[in-house]
Amino acid sequence: MIPGGGWRPSVAVWKFASCDGCQLSLLDLEDELLALAGAVRVAHFTELSRADEGGPYDVSLVEGSITTPEDADRIGRVREASRVLVTIGACATAGGIQALRNFAVAGAYAPVVYAHPEYIASLATSTPIAAHVTVDVELHGCPVDRRQLLEVITALIAGRPPVVPGHSVCQECKARGTVCVLVAAGVPCLGPVTRAGCGALCPAVGRGCYGCFGPAESARPSPLTNRFIRLGVSRPDLQRLYRTFNAAAPAFRSEHLRHDPPD
Amino acid sequence: MDVRPSRPPADDWAVLDPQGIDRLIGALGRRGYRTLGPVVRDGAITLAEIAGVADLPAGWRDAQDPGRYRLERTESPAFFAWAVGPHSAKAQVLPPRDRVWRASAGAGGVEIAEAGVDAPPTALVGIRPCDVAGLGVLDRVLGAAGAADPAYLRRRAQTFVVVAECGSPAATCFCTSMGTGPDARSGFDLALTELVDGGGHRFLSRSATGAGAALLRAVGGASATTIDRRSRDGVLGDAAARIRRRLDRDGLPALLERNLEHPRWDEVADRCLACGNCTMVCPTCFCTSVEDTTDLTGASQRERRWASCYEVGHSYIHGGPVRPSTRARYRQWLTHKLGTWHDQFGESGCVGCGRCVTWCPVGIDLCEEVDAIRRADGATAARPAPGGS
Ligand code: SF4
Ligand code: SF4
Repeated sequence: MIPGGGWRPSVAVWKFASCDGCQLSLLDLEDELLALAGAVRVAHFTELSRADEGGPYDVSLVEGSITTPEDADRIGRVREASRVLVTIGACATAGGIQALRNFAVAGAYAPVVYAHPEYIASLATSTPIAAHVTVDVELHGCPVDRRQLLEVITALIAGRPPVVPGHSVCQECKARGTVCVLVAAGVPCLGPVTRAGCGALCPAVGRGCYGCFGPAESARPSPLTNRFIRLGVSRPDLQRLYRTFNAAAPAFRSEHLRHDPPD
Repeated sequence: MDVRPSRPPADDWAVLDPQGIDRLIGALGRRGYRTLGPVVRDGAITLAEIAGVADLPAGWRDAQDPGRYRLERTESPAFFAWAVGPHSAKAQVLPPRDRVWRASAGAGGVEIAEAGVDAPPTALVGIRPCDVAGLGVLDRVLGAAGAADPAYLRRRAQTFVVVAECGSPAATCFCTSMGTGPDARSGFDLALTELVDGGGHRFLSRSATGAGAALLRAVGGASATTIDRRSRDGVLGDAAARIRRRLDRDGLPALLERNLEHPRWDEVADRCLACGNCTMVCPTCFCTSVEDTTDLTGASQRERRWASCYEVGHSYIHGGPVRPSTRARYRQWLTHKLGTWHDQFGESGCVGCGRCVTWCPVGIDLCEEVDAIRRADGATAARPAPGGS
């Protein structure tokens, strides 16, 4: 644990296979940015500055998944240089949208996309950081919620456990008084099996939850899928519901594989 | 079961027309109440601020089944021709998130400032008898002598209740089994019964408190006739007769206690998502979780938020959760609500509003679960060793 009390930890932000959206959430903390800059020392954060203090780092925030042999090596070096390693976002915690390759033959796409596929050296799968190194804290979401990101950093500075509940999105809907879109409008919604954190954004505007934060702590999607079937959702759509940013998270993975069309 | 409505003495009654209800809502506002009532929003009848009868859901009714809720249009001018919406009165007296205190480093060490309770005088207009009963259940939990929650008591003391007796139960309602409706018996300031018949669209009204009586006097209204009172008997008698759903309460706590290893718990756990919706919508589920956080200045605060026995962390004690499986959590919820609540608080924790049935995304129905256990009383599931579930 990091001790509290006027101590200013060094923070590094690392990018692996990802879109940068999660690390940019740090810069989206507009109201808290100055206080945050005062509370930590930014040692490595290429979206912010070219300056690089070098390691070791007190806290590393790691965005992105492992999709290349180089990155599989690099994450080991990041781990060695970091006292606390926090993964941020669906890519780092579950493999991200790019983990769709795990359910296809990745090599088959390269010639369609690239003029010179021989230049591409990538792994057959996209895997979360925790599949490679020990992770101290995981923060879910596509992208992460910036209030949760601030909470994790603040907790690390204070030396206390972060308050990041693993319960369902439904509890957030109910806390804000949103009318359930599944019960009152028959909209297929992943909220009951999805981890809270976004503040239940989509149901508040009448949309079903897309599952951006991945499976909730004890998610068991099959009874929900059975309900979707009764609502008339087609088999390909059932599969698509779970096959997005968190397609490789275990609870979602087993559910969409269950609906794989027979070969 | 006695389905005859309770009938207070005749001289307490007044009759208001729809304009009278409008005056009533206006008078509450002038007395400084934040006035909440039924409002159609996002496809449901929700509890929201109202300024007059124009905000009320005239011409709407609800159709409810396990896991399903739909609003439907009617020709009737009635304001209260629906059963219950997703929002009970709970959030008004026990907010989903509430600050308990803040602390910061001061000259003399840590300074703790208790959070002031944000408790504006609130009038709840048109809530149902089952929800009034739900407030009573909360009173006996959160207001119990020696263990009272001051923030709850403050908000509760600021709450003025205008109950609308129920003429339009849904298929999920079972207040008649729980003795909480469709007529209102206690726990309100004013009670209204909406009548729409040959005598016109009107509201038989009666007060149960001094504040209620004063308000009714200020609003004015005709005195009630025997015909009006008979109409009310008819409306409430019909409503009670239309409630087909039953919760068989005969020896219920003992039934549940001797069936903790019943195979039905495994069966329901297979359908349950552990999402916690049933606990959130329940007017009496009162669990909260206390969360301590700090900010970048080093100040800290304690908040409490609605929590659910379906959360893994809810039963966490050193080393792990006591109820790691969905089976254990569903069983905890049902046996507490209908069984051990009696041991703790001397009554059932359920008022028969049916919300947990309607708002469960997969339509799990507590009455059906109880029936299934009763049908095979004493059955036990084959299971390896105790402890794991
Ligand atoms: S009974 Fe229904 S509402 Fe309650 S936790 Fe299970 S699935 Fe969710
Ligand atoms: S247990 Fe269900 S029916 Fe009973 S009071 Fe709670 S929500 Fe209503």
